[in-house]
Amino acid sequence: MSASITYRLRVNGEERDISDGWVGESLLYVLRERLGLPGAKNACEQGECGSCSVLVDGTLVCACLVLAGACEERSIETVEALGDDGSLSDVQDAFVEAGAVQCGFCTPGLVVAVHDLLAREPRPDELAVREAISGNLCRCTGYGRILDAVARVVAERGEW
Amino acid sequence: MSVVAPRSFEDALAELAVEPDRHTLAGGTDLMVEVNFDHRRPESVLSLHRIAELREWATHDEQLVLGSGVTCATLERPPFTTLAPALAQAARTVGSPQIRNAATIGGNLCTASPAGDLLPVLSALDASIVCARAAGTRTVSIHEFLLGPKRTALEVGELVERIEIPVAQGGQEFLKVGARNAMVIAIASVAMIATSIDVRIALGSVGPTVIRARGSERWIGERGFDPAVIDELAERVAGEARPIDDHRSSAEYRRHAIRVCTQRAAQRIFGDGL
Repeated sequence: MSASITYRLRVNGEERDISDGWVGESLLYVLRERLGLPGAKNACEQGECGSCSVLVDGTLVCACLVLAGACEERSIETVEALGDDGSLSDVQDAFVEAGAVQCGFCTPGLVVAVHDLLAREPRPDELAVREAISGNLCRCTGYGRILDAVARVVAERGEW
Repeated sequence: MSVVAPRSFEDALAELAVEPDRHTLAGGTDLMVEVNFDHRRPESVLSLHRIAELREWATHDEQLVLGSGVTCATLERPPFTTLAPALAQAARTVGSPQIRNAATIGGNLCTASPAGDLLPVLSALDASIVCARAAGTRTVSIHEFLLGPKRTALEVGELVERIEIPVAQGGQEFLKVGARNAMVIAIASVAMIATSIDVRIALGSVGPTVIRARGSERWIGERGFDPAVIDELAERVAGEARPIDDHRSSAEYRRHAIRVCTQRAAQRIFGDGL
């Protein structure tokens, strides 16, 4: 029995090979430490904080609670894929403009969660927004400016 | 070391028959925490995520049959809000949207935490748990399945295939108290299920596993329900809790929370609301 595992992941549309992996590694660890994608943040490692939020097969999950070795043939999208060619997405822009970014540690997870919400529900009421971001802890903003940022995106997208 | 992810339940059982010590991975929201904190070092893993049949559900003859891989995110939404309202309410209180997208009913059962949110509802509904191995299946009552904190009747080489509960016939409520509304492990919870013939009440987080308040159920069954009995019912139910002091709450507060949740559940089901 070999001491390590080898597998292939599809991350942000690219096939990435993982070799010498340990069977118990989380997707968060593999993204950050093996694939050079540090956007998903490592804080609690128990699904409490949401700072490692990513999409697996289009579903919002905490990357720390996903076993990387069980992700073959699944589509993984991280915060790095949200803007086009290095520019910010509309949600990221709105976070900056609304002052919803303070220390910034929770921001990538919140941005992924807000993209997921607005893709499913383009015009959420405030309760729906609060529930959708209830798994993302922010210890700086008090959430008011995050709610403002989401409202800005809803308004801007609605104008199109 | 390896991760296997078979596409059919039959193949999963065959894998387990060959290598019974494999760690079973459902949603991962419990197992991965233990792995991340080095409380477990899995050598090999059986992941169930590719098995579409485990995510299926159906109704047959007033029974709701749920595959063990049905997620909390599925259970919190229609049609489960009418087929199994208390289960939907409980599912909606689990963790966060991210957790509910991953966490499964089978995982909640097999982790068997004293604070497992779906468990009081399944107990109050007298759920049947269908356990499978390569050689065949057996059906175990929820009351025999949950043995104690993190202990179940699931045997080596078995997987939970499905859970069977009755479709709701009357009022159902699930109430949970925690330090805040979201992302919280229960300090105390109450599931109350009314049918045409009885009222069932089960309590979470106030004992080594779920407690059915059978004395109170018998009392209300004989006494009959009217709004004047709510306070005494709540007192009796709180008396059947067996809470402890721990880092999350005191036993005294837990018993108080059971009393209040029972009052509110009874008011919502039988009274004109709250």
